[in-house]
Amino acid sequence: MYKLSLFIAVGLLFVSCGKKEQSGDDFSKPTTEEATTKADPSSYDPNRGEGKFDKVDLGATLDQAMATEGEKVSGVKCTSCHKATDEKLVGPGWKGVTSRHQPQWIMNFITNPDPMINKDPKVQAQLEICLVRMPNQGLNDTEARNILEYMRKIDGVK
Amino acid sequence: MKNKFVKAIFTIAMGSALLISCKPKNSGDAVSGDAAQKAYVAPGKYDEFYNFVSGGFSGQLSVYGLPSGRLFRVIPVFSVDPEKGYGYNEETKPMLNTSHGFVPWDDLHHTEMSQTNGEVDGRWVFGNANNTPRIARIDLKTFTTKEIIELPNSAGNHSSPFITENTEYVVAGTRFSVPADNSNGDVPINTYKKNFKGHLSFVKVGKEGQMDIAFQIQCPGVNFDLSHAGKGKSHGWFFFSCYNTEQANTLLEVNASQKDKDFIMAVNWKKAEEYIKAGKGKLTPTKYAHNVYNESTHTATSEIKTQVLILDSKELKDICYMIPCPKSPHGCDVDPTGEYIVGSGKLAALIPVFSFDKLQNAIKNKQFEGEYDGIPVVKYEAALHGEVQKPGLGPLHTEFDGKGNAYTTFFVSSEVVKWDIKSLKVLDRVPTYYSVGHLCIPGGDSKKPFGKYLIAYNKITKDRYLPTGPELAQSAQIFDISGDKMQLILDFPTIGEPHYAQAAPADLIRNNGQLKFYKLDDNKHPFVTKGEKETKVVRNGKRVDVYMTCIRSHFSPDNIEGIKMGDEVYFHITNLEQDWDVPHGFAIKGASTAELLIMPGETSTLKWSPDRVGMFPFYCTDFCSALHQEMQGYLRVSPAGSNVPLTYSLGTNLPAPDQK
Repeated sequence: MYKLSLFIAVGLLFVSCGKKEQSGDDFSKPTTEEATTKADPSSYDPNRGEGKFDKVDLGATLDQAMATEGEKVSGVKCTSCHKATDEKLVGPGWKGVTSRHQPQWIMNFITNPDPMINKDPKVQAQLEICLVRMPNQGLNDTEARNILEYMRKIDGVK
Repeated sequence: MKNKFVKAIFTIAMGSALLISCKPKNSGDAVSGDAAQKAYVAPGKYDEFYNFVSGGFSGQLSVYGLPSGRLFRVIPVFSVDPEKGYGYNEETKPMLNTSHGFVPWDDLHHTEMSQTNGEVDGRWVFGNANNTPRIARIDLKTFTTKEIIELPNSAGNHSSPFITENTEYVVAGTRFSVPADNSNGDVPINTYKKNFKGHLSFVKVGKEGQMDIAFQIQCPGVNFDLSHAGKGKSHGWFFFSCYNTEQANTLLEVNASQKDKDFIMAVNWKKAEEYIKAGKGKLTPTKYAHNVYNESTHTATSEIKTQVLILDSKELKDICYMIPCPKSPHGCDVDPTGEYIVGSGKLAALIPVFSFDKLQNAIKNKQFEGEYDGIPVVKYEAALHGEVQKPGLGPLHTEFDGKGNAYTTFFVSSEVVKWDIKSLKVLDRVPTYYSVGHLCIPGGDSKKPFGKYLIAYNKITKDRYLPTGPELAQSAQIFDISGDKMQLILDFPTIGEPHYAQAAPADLIRNNGQLKFYKLDDNKHPFVTKGEKETKVVRNGKRVDVYMTCIRSHFSPDNIEGIKMGDEVYFHITNLEQDWDVPHGFAIKGASTAELLIMPGETSTLKWSPDRVGMFPFYCTDFCSALHQEMQGYLRVSPAGSNVPLTYSLGTNLPAPDQK
C-alpha cells in the first residue's frame, strides 16, 4: 500500500514539475575517442615504441625502388628538418638512425609521434636538444615503410 | 495508529517535497539560481550546438557554441579579413569580385543552413549580401566561404537566403525595387510605379553545393522583406513578405505606412518550373559575377555571366498570389508542419496566422478581392487561420519548437512571446535587453526543431555591458525553452549587429567529414612547392615568383637577394605541415595588403611591391613552436637597374665578402 503510494507520489513529482528525461544524445562527449591510449606508462616498450607496428620485416638487401620512393616522400615531408648526414638541422640527422632504433620503433614513431614524444625516454632527451616536437606529417603505412628503406640506404645497406 | 502516523508524516513529507521541487520558476525579470549551471560548459567539454550567427554590417559569419555562448570562429564571407588574408591574398581576391569590380565590404544579414527532407543536414550555411546583392555558400567541413553568386536586377538583397526543404533552391527577393538591369535606369525617381520592378531570384543548388541562378520572377515594384519556403504539404511554395505596396519613393517611414494591410506573396515555384519547361521564360541580358573557390587548387575564380531567365508575374497569373497582411509585414515564417504561415507586421498590434490549406481553397474557389499590379489578391479572411490578439508591440520574427508552439520577437516592447499555433493563445513572455530582432531555435525553421534553446538577437544593449565608447557590444541572449516557461540563462556579446542565425547539433557538424589539413598530395595549386628541394625564386621581367615553404620553425628560402625597385613579388607559400591546427603566418615589412594565414598543406599567395631600397624582414605571425620567434627571414631590395644577382638560400650562413 505505502509502496504503491510512494510510487505514485514519486511519479507525481516528475509529472507535476514537467521535467522531461534528458534525450539520449550526449553531445558533450567526443564520439570518437582520441587516439591517445591510456595504458599504464610502465607498460611502454622503449624498443618497440607505441603504435600499430609490432614487427617489421626487413629484406636482407636494400629494396632500391622502395628507397627511391622513400627519398621522394621525405623530400616533401621530412627533409625540411632532417639531413641525411649526422648533422642536426631542426631535428636530428638521419645517419645511423637504423642502428639506434628497432625498425618497428622507427615506423611507430614517424606515424604516431605525439604519444611517443610524451613517453619515450630517448625522444624526450632529443626534445631537450631540438626543442621542436616532431610534427605528425600524416604518413601512410607505405610512405613510412619506404622512408625506413631510405634510412637504411643512408646507413649503407646495399 | 502507527500506520496512520506514518501515513501522515509521509503525506507531509511528500507535500513539502512537491512544493520544494516545484518552486515557481523565474517570472522573466530575474535570472534564477540554476541559470549558470544550464549555460555552463566545463573546460574541455564540448557544446551541444553550433550557432551560426550573421555578423550584420561586419560582413562576416560568427560561430558560437550553445549553450556556452563561446565564440569559436569568425568566417569571412563578404568583407575582407586581414586576420586570415581573405580578400587580400591572390587566391581569395576573386571571391569578392562583382559586376561592379572588387567589392571589399558587404552587409551579411541572414544565415540559412542546408536541409535534407526539411531537416538541417550540416553541409553548408548560406549567407546574403544585402548591399551589393549576393549569396554565399560556406562549407562546414572547412568553415570557409566556397562560393559567391551575384544577383542581377536586384538591390538590397534582404529576403534571402532562404531555402527549400531539400536545398533545391536558395531564394533572394530584392528589398529595393529598381529598374531592371537591361532597361534604362536613368529615369526620374518619382516614376517608381512605372519603371521600378521587384525581382525574386531562385538560385539552384547542386549536389556539391554549386549555385546557379535558375530563374527570376519579375514582380511589381515593392520592397520584399523576408521569406521562408513551404515545407511538407506546402513544399513547392515560397512566401515573401512585402511592404511599401504604396510604391512610395520618398520618406518611406510615413509614405510606406499608409495602407492598413500590405502583402505576403505566395509563390508557386513548381508552377514556375512548369512554365520554364513550356518555354515561357525570357533570357534577358544582364551582368553578374559567379565566384567559386576550388578545393584542390586552393584558388578562386570569378566568371561574369551575361544573361538570366525571367518569368513575368503579370503574364503568368498562377505563379504568384498576394495575401493581405497587417501592417508593413517583416517576418514571414512557416511552422514545422508547413500548414501555418505567420506574418508579422512591424506596425501591427496582432499576429496574423495563415493556413496553407485555406489558401489553396481560396485560390481554387477564386476568393479574390482584386488584383495588385496584375497579381491576384486573395481575400484576407479566406486565407486566415486566425490572429494572435494583443501579443505585444512590433512583432518581427517567429521560430518554432516542434511541440506546437511559436515564439515571436517584439521589437518595440522588447520581448519574446510564446504562443500556441493552433489556439493562438499567448502562453508566456520574457523581456529582452533590448529591441530584439531575429531569434533562433536550433532547427527552428525546419521540419525538425530541437526545441531546447532559444537565442534572441538584440539591437541595443544599454546598461547591459561595460561601456566601450559610444557604441556598446551587440548581443544575444540564450533562453532555456525545455520547460513550460522560458528561462533566461545567458547573455553573450556578438560581432556586428546579429540578424538571423541558424544552429544545429554539434555532432551533425563535427561528424560531417571535418577537414583536419589539406593533403600535400592533393594540392594542385599552380604555384605549390612540395618540399624544400623545390623552393626557388623565378624572375620573369619585373615579375618575381617566390616558391617558398614553411614548417616548424623556418621558411625556405629565408634569404632572398636581387629584388629590385619596380618588381612585383609574389610569395607563393606552401605550408608543409600535415597535422591538425598548425597554420603558419607570413608577413613582410611594408606590405600594403595583409598577412597570409596558411593552413597545413595549403598554398597561399601574397603580392608585394617594394616601395624603397633596403632590407625587408619577414616572419611567421601565428605561433607555431618554441622556436616560432626564430621563424623569419630577410629580403634585400636593390635599386632598379642594379646588378645584384637574384639569389635565394637557406642555411648557408656564408659571411659577407667584406667580413672575410
